[in-house]
Amino acid sequence: MKILIKNGRVIDPANNIDEICDIFVEDGKIKEIDKNITKENEKTINADKMWVTPGLIDMHVHLREPGFKYKETISTGTKSAAMGGFTTICAMANTKPTVDNEIIVEYINSKIQKEAIINVFQVGAITKDLAGEELSQIGEMKKVGICAISDDGLSVKNANLLKQAMKYANMFDLPILSHCEDTDLTAKGQINSGKHSDFMGFRGISNDSEELIVSRDIILANSVDARLHIMHVSARESLEHIRFAKSKGQKVTAEVCPHHFTLCDEDIKEYDANFKMSPPLRAKEDVEALIKALQDGTIDVIATDHAPHHKDEKNCEFELAANGIVGLETAVPLCITELVNKNILSPKELIEKLTINPARILNLNKGTLSVGADADITIIDPNLKYKIDKNKFESLSKNTPFHGREVQGKAAFVIVNGKIVLDNGELCKTI
Amino acid sequence: MKKDILGIKDLPKEELLEILNLASAEKPKIQNKNFRDNSLKNTSVTTLFYENSTRTKISFLLASGYLGAITDDLNISTSSVSKGETLIDTGTRLDVMGTNIIVLRHSMTGSSHLLAKNVKASVINGGDGINEHPTQAMLDIFTIKEQKNNIKDLKIVISGDVSNSRVARSNIFGLSKLGANIVVCGSSTLISPHFQSLGVYITTNIKEAVKDADVVMALRIQKERQNTATFPSTSEYAKFFGINDEVLSYAKKDVLVMHPGPINRGVELSAKIIDSEKSLIDTQVENGIAVRMAVLKYLSN
Repeated sequence: MKILIKNGRVIDPANNIDEICDIFVEDGKIKEIDKNITKENEKTINADKMWVTPGLIDMHVHLREPGFKYKETISTGTKSAAMGGFTTICAMANTKPTVDNEIIVEYINSKIQKEAIINVFQVGAITKDLAGEELSQIGEMKKVGICAISDDGLSVKNANLLKQAMKYANMFDLPILSHCEDTDLTAKGQINSGKHSDFMGFRGISNDSEELIVSRDIILANSVDARLHIMHVSARESLEHIRFAKSKGQKVTAEVCPHHFTLCDEDIKEYDANFKMSPPLRAKEDVEALIKALQDGTIDVIATDHAPHHKDEKNCEFELAANGIVGLETAVPLCITELVNKNILSPKELIEKLTINPARILNLNKGTLSVGADADITIIDPNLKYKIDKNKFESLSKNTPFHGREVQGKAAFVIVNGKIVLDNGELCKTI
Repeated sequence: MKKDILGIKDLPKEELLEILNLASAEKPKIQNKNFRDNSLKNTSVTTLFYENSTRTKISFLLASGYLGAITDDLNISTSSVSKGETLIDTGTRLDVMGTNIIVLRHSMTGSSHLLAKNVKASVINGGDGINEHPTQAMLDIFTIKEQKNNIKDLKIVISGDVSNSRVARSNIFGLSKLGANIVVCGSSTLISPHFQSLGVYITTNIKEAVKDADVVMALRIQKERQNTATFPSTSEYAKFFGINDEVLSYAKKDVLVMHPGPINRGVELSAKIIDSEKSLIDTQVENGIAVRMAVLKYLSN
């Protein structure tokens, strides 16, 4: 299909572009970027007053298939992603069965080929069944396409096993995505430890439960020269360790989730488990530190940790409720409202953390609008104001603390490999 | 009309005082059965206790009975809960059977709030995890008020496992609304420094805490709520934080000693003090019925 995108504000951080121009797409590739392109086409998109960016990448998503199709499926999860402006997502390994061998990866890949409407890359487990006892089939899984390894949801408790995994993953040039949490310190904690946990009558989760493992994993990665990516950083002290490691030139990267820079623990109301996640919403001081780290580059990536759960898994005792919230359809509006509109990041700085940075960490040939690149393009209307309505989510699950929140900015068009999947805010019916 | 009593932290001061006033009127009905009334004749009260309790459950059942209500207790170990029924489903079933008031005790914070949101019946929080135990605080405050007339400017010490205590939390919220000076005391592993933000003074020195106190409230050491070892042994605890004659000599002469029970004799309080005139432990239990009668009436009107 030949698509001509006219008059958009083209933001391509990888090529240091931020200007009004046109893009011409043909045969699934970006053919031309220039002012005033006039080419015969099958579809013209008027992107006046919109941002035209490389297709957004979310490197931290739970698709729940196989095993938990009542929460989300490859089909609903990728529709949710497209609705939110993402063209590429990475699916975590904590499905049932766990993604810890090549047969499961091939099974999921075949489902993705049939049912996904955007690009999905699979992340493999570090340890078999996420049990933290023996290595999963890392090399075999790499052969069939995993882009990273992670026991997300848990830390690998045994430092020596993690060190071996790091060494082994190096051989296959795979990054380690690390969920940092010392569960002895987390203990029975439910929300961030602080004034608010004491006020609400919850046992707290202290910052040191995260900081301890962040520092441990940085030390281990340094000793074996591994590529380490710290997931969903929430504690201000963790940032200091990441900053220090980066200043020494270590290959460490980090991500933050929109909920962690938007909400703090004091926003938790009425024992509503839609505010429950791991790591928890932290104190105001942590939110301020995360924002600073987004600005100074300590945080490389914004990822959602999209964690769909059934209503019954949230409408129950807080302590019994599942961790996590859906994030794919709220990420872009929260980033624009909380970061761009408040002058924390420029649009280009924001898009960098949603495109080329995750692509580089994962060695994906994505995240740019270079001529010849795959035509993965997101067109965002940064001016649209509306209230988030969870009932309109494409995701099978509606577990969000943002229902009813006033936001600005929404994906209007999404093009994946030259095919339009989101057209003027509506998913295309043919897919 | 108020539907539920879930905690003291969200209860306005005026409502708290109104319940305490109602309780004064109910008290004579406990000892004299000629005074009892039938104002809750058409009301059904169900106790739903997921945790063990001696006095709270009996107290609610008697209070309901003295007001003529239809009472029943759902025995968790023989109910469908043991077959895996959820709290909300259990509550919904009670709803359709026509229960007007459910008294819930549960090991998890916020469970009463959850139940209240999901049932038509009124919910009274009979203790949720480490969060709140509002009727216990009401009866404690009622007892202090009965003895001292006023709460304002009294020095009240709460000692023991403060962080893990729903009794301490509810008392702190209630007593500070009424203007008391609250000191909390206990091992550094049992009191979160963030308690300061609730308006209390924290010390680990029991003598400093008790100095010139009007009321000393000791809390039970709850071994079942400790995450890990927070102190080496109960004997070491008693040595540093136990309240005996020597410690109490630092308090005002007319100091009152309270304990929500059940007591570990010789740990939080010495046996001598428990059985002394300063101890209000039996009065607390008696007042508990009056306060619960008041709460039931308050929700039924």
